[in-house]
Parts: sequence; structure tokens; C-alpha cells
Amino acid sequence: MQALFGQLLVGLINGSFYALLSLGLAIIFGLLNVVNFAHGALYMMGAFAAWMGLSYLGIGYWWALLLSPAAVGLVGVLLERLLLRRLYGLDHLYGLLLTFGLTLIAEGLFHHAYGNSGNSYPVPELLRGGVNLGFMYLPIYRAWVVVISTAVCLASWFVIEKTKLGAYLRAGTENQKLLQAFGVNVPLMFTLTYGFGVALAAFAGVMAAPVYQVTPLMGSSLIIVVFAVVVIGGMGSIAGSIVTGLGLGLVEGLTKYLYPEASSVVVFVVMAIVLLVRPAGLFGRER
Amino acid sequence: MSRSGSRIAWAYAAMLAVGLAAPFLVYPVFAMNVLCLALFASAFNLLLGYTGLLSFGHAAFLGSAAYATGLALKRWGLPPEVGVAFGTLVATGLGFAIGSLAIRRSGIYFAMITLGFAQLIYFLVVQMVWTGGEDGLQGIPRGKAMGLIPLDQPLTMYYFVFAAFLAGFWVIHRTIHSPFGHVLRAIRENEPRALSLGYDVNRYKVLAFVLSAALSGLAGSLKAVVLQFASLSDVHWHRSGEVVLMTLLGGMGTVVGPSVGALVVVSLENYLSGVGSWVTVITGAVFVVCVLAFRRGIVGEGLALLKRFSTGVKR
Repeated sequence: MQALFGQLLVGLINGSFYALLSLGLAIIFGLLNVVNFAHGALYMMGAFAAWMGLSYLGIGYWWALLLSPAAVGLVGVLLERLLLRRLYGLDHLYGLLLTFGLTLIAEGLFHHAYGNSGNSYPVPELLRGGVNLGFMYLPIYRAWVVVISTAVCLASWFVIEKTKLGAYLRAGTENQKLLQAFGVNVPLMFTLTYGFGVALAAFAGVMAAPVYQVTPLMGSSLIIVVFAVVVIGGMGSIAGSIVTGLGLGLVEGLTKYLYPEASSVVVFVVMAIVLLVRPAGLFGRER
Repeated sequence: MSRSGSRIAWAYAAMLAVGLAAPFLVYPVFAMNVLCLALFASAFNLLLGYTGLLSFGHAAFLGSAAYATGLALKRWGLPPEVGVAFGTLVATGLGFAIGSLAIRRSGIYFAMITLGFAQLIYFLVVQMVWTGGEDGLQGIPRGKAMGLIPLDQPLTMYYFVFAAFLAGFWVIHRTIHSPFGHVLRAIRENEPRALSLGYDVNRYKVLAFVLSAALSGLAGSLKAVVLQFASLSDVHWHRSGEVVLMTLLGGMGTVVGPSVGALVVVSLENYLSGVGSWVTVITGAVFVVCVLAFRRGIVGEGLALLKRFSTGVKR
């Protein structure tokens, strides 16, 4: 029983990262029509920024939680302004290929500088230890990750679906020319949206740093799973991305308990089943 | 039409001459590696360049065929031509399974789905016992082709690979210039229109996918025989990205482009093999430059230049 709940918790943690990443991917794809392969690399950079801040500058976890997404978000703004911008209007496979190239560059650079071995990041003092719930031992940091990630996802959902800013974003997704005709600075919105989506990935990276090792390759294996999550959920709805992300994390955790050998492939198997039964994805609408 | 026809004939003659002379000019294993990856990229181009489908998981076919061939030659002691056929068959079957599922979604989802399934294959290869896990499948014997031709001689091995490459390339050439190939291009240009003309678009897509997977499998099987091992890097997503790069760099939608791209990329990797992780950085940078400024690729740009030049002369 202990083991089951332990695995389910790890599953929920992974699931909240899937949710944060697929949420960012969906927002970016919705507006910019770019499938951001670099999302995993930027998640990795978020974790590294936190680790570097701590090792070189002595910046702690709490500041890193704020500064690292800001820094990576800035990188995203530059990428959008300098590179991605040149590809709008082209077939969207070019956006995928460009960000794939950027992923290779980022991974190669970090690999060159820090090698393959993992760097560990300490759990902040306030969140150390755990609580015995009777049926399981709950490490406080892990609970924190699940709660805060879900809160950030819900806040993003609220901003996009219920506020004026989000209304602009949704309008831009539907019809950019019309929105521009109403006097909205659409190019700026593109830049900020990319920056925000990327900052979400970096935020997930900082949260992940104390749970997993910080390595240059931590993002690329994650992004492929997140793509599968996106295929399963469909990119049509924000709430759908969140639910699918968390749900698949749980499925993965359950598999790790029942049949550990299959845990790395279960998401892809679910993807195959969804393609057979409901090709448009659980929450999808074909565009 | 006849002009471009004769130009293609010249390009083929040049390729044939270079191919025949190659083992005397460069290290044979290098030449064979280029041939295998050129076939791989040409097969991939059949899908991306002529059908407009971006598969981001083609390493699954190259790699699974390499492992299957290794299994057939090393464990079962089958002759090399049977082993290569078996590897190709495995990739074909896998291509049918993945292709039929992936074409249920279009556009960018297609790329994500193929990437996901390739990752599934990768994890399966990592976990299965006979594949040797992290070490890969090593010490694959080359044996004698048809019981006669000893493949452990570099030259005979080279011409065996070259013959297989030509056969594969011929199949691709025939496909592109057949009515079937024209339907594929119609699908690439305007899918709803092809559908409304009465073509069973999904069946055509699956067929193109299976053909591409089979030829990728042939390339992977040959590679396993040449290098005498099959490794995880053959099923890794880096390999899937590399074949996209070769095709893009050489010129997608051109017949010889992917082979040119394969030659450039393999040479680059060979040349840079001493600098470790910088290879990844440079590969990524080439990717970025290609996408931003060089989308027609080497052959595509060359053809465009030639066209501009010849029309300029006419005026």
C-alpha cells in the first residue's frame, strides 16, 4: 500500500510537469502556430538556471522560483524576436525544425559545459521532511510541487479563459488580422505569449530540480512524452491539457506499481489506443 | 520535360560513376555508411518531400531493421541476404502498424505521433534482453552472400551495398515517376482536392509510409551488416532528427538531394568526431541556418540557380 501511494505521488509530480509543459505548448501553438520542440530544453535551462544561481551566486530556491523563469522567459523573447518571427506564414513544420535545431544547440552547450552526470539541488529548508498520513509517508516537498504546479495551471486557465488579457489571446488564436484591425499590438502579443509559455516550462524545471538530478538531457526525454500527452489530450482546450497531463502522470505511477517494466512506454500505448478509439484526442477539435 | 529528363539522366550517370569509383577514393566503410544513410534519407524524402508528411520517428525503422538483421545473422546464423530481407520485412510490418495509426491525425500531430512511437520502440529495444541494452548488439558476422561472395572483403561488401542502394534508389525513382507518385504529390499540394477527386487519400498515405519504412529498413539492415553492430543510437530520436537534416540540407522533394545531404552530414560528423559534444551544437546550428535561410537545400538552390541562368540566357 505504501509503495502504491508513493508511486502515485511520483506520478502526480510528473503529471503536474506534463500539465505545465503541455499547457505552454498549447498556448504557443494556438497563437503562433509553432510546435515548440525547444520546450524540453527550456525546462532543462530553467532547472540549470536555478542550480547555477545557487552554486555560483548563492541565490536560494525561493528567488530561483521567480528569477529562473524570468531569465528563461527573456531567452524565449529573444528567440521569438530574432528567429521564430522569420517563419510565420510558412508551413509549420519549419517552426518544429527550427526549435529542434535550437534544442540540439542548447543540449550540446550544456553537455559540453557540465557533462552527463547529474547535479543535485537541495530541497529548501522550509519544505524538508515529511508527514506520516497513516497509509503513506508524504514528503512535504513533493506535496508542494503538486499543489503549486496545479495552482499555477489553474491560474493560467483563469487568466486565459476569464480575463480581458486572456480574451485577447483567445481572439488572436481565432483571427489575428481582425484583432490587429481593432488596434491590438499582435506582434508584441506573440512575443509575450512565447515568453510566458517558455517561462512556465522553466518554472517546471525549477520545481523539478530538487526532485530529479539536474542534467543536460533531462528535457529531451520529457518533451517526447509531453508531445504524446498533447496528442492524447488535443491542443483545443486549456483545461483539457491540465486534466490530461495530471491523468497520464497518475496512469504512469499506477503502471510503475503494477508492472514497472511498462512504465516508460505506457503513455505511448495510451496514445495508440486513443488514436484508435478517438483520433481527434480526448479534448481535441481538428483544426 | 525532356530537358529536365536528360538532366536527371546526367545526374544519375554521375552518381553511378562516383559510386563505382568511391571505394578506391575514400575509406570503404565510410563510403558504405554514406550509401546506407543516403538510402535512408531518400526513403524518408519519399514521405516528406513527395507526400508532405513529416515523420519524426524514422529511426524506429532503421534501428529495428538493424537489430532484426543482427539477430538473424548472429543468433540464427542465417546468410546475409536472408538477414537483410528479414530486417526489411520487420521494418515493413512496423511501418504498417505505425503508419496506419499515425495517419489518423494530420499536420503537426503526425510528427508528434511518429516521434512518440519511435520512442516506444527505443524503450522496447533498451529493455529486451537479446538486444544487449546499452552495449548494443555487437559482433554481427558478415558471412557469404548467396553462399558465394565473401562479404568480409571490403570491396565485395561495398559493391553488395552499392547494388542494394541502386535497387532501393530505383524503386524510389519508379515510385516518384509513376501515377502513384503523382497522386502522392497531389496529396502534398492539396489534400482535400485529392480526396474530392476520389482518391482514397488515407490508403495512399499508408502505402507511401510503408514503402518509406521498408526502404529505411533496408538501409538499416545493410548498415548492421557493414558495421557489424546495431546500437541504441540507431533507434534514438537524434537519428530521426539527423535524417530530417540530411533531407532538408540536400533538398527535400528532389531525387538526389537527400543523398547529397547524407554525404555532407556524414562527412561533417566524421570530420568533427574529435570534438565531442560540439558535434551536437554544430548539427543544431546547421539545422537553424537551413530552416532560416536555406530551405530549398543544396540541390534545390542549385536547380533554382540553373533555371534562372538558363531562362536569363534565352532572353
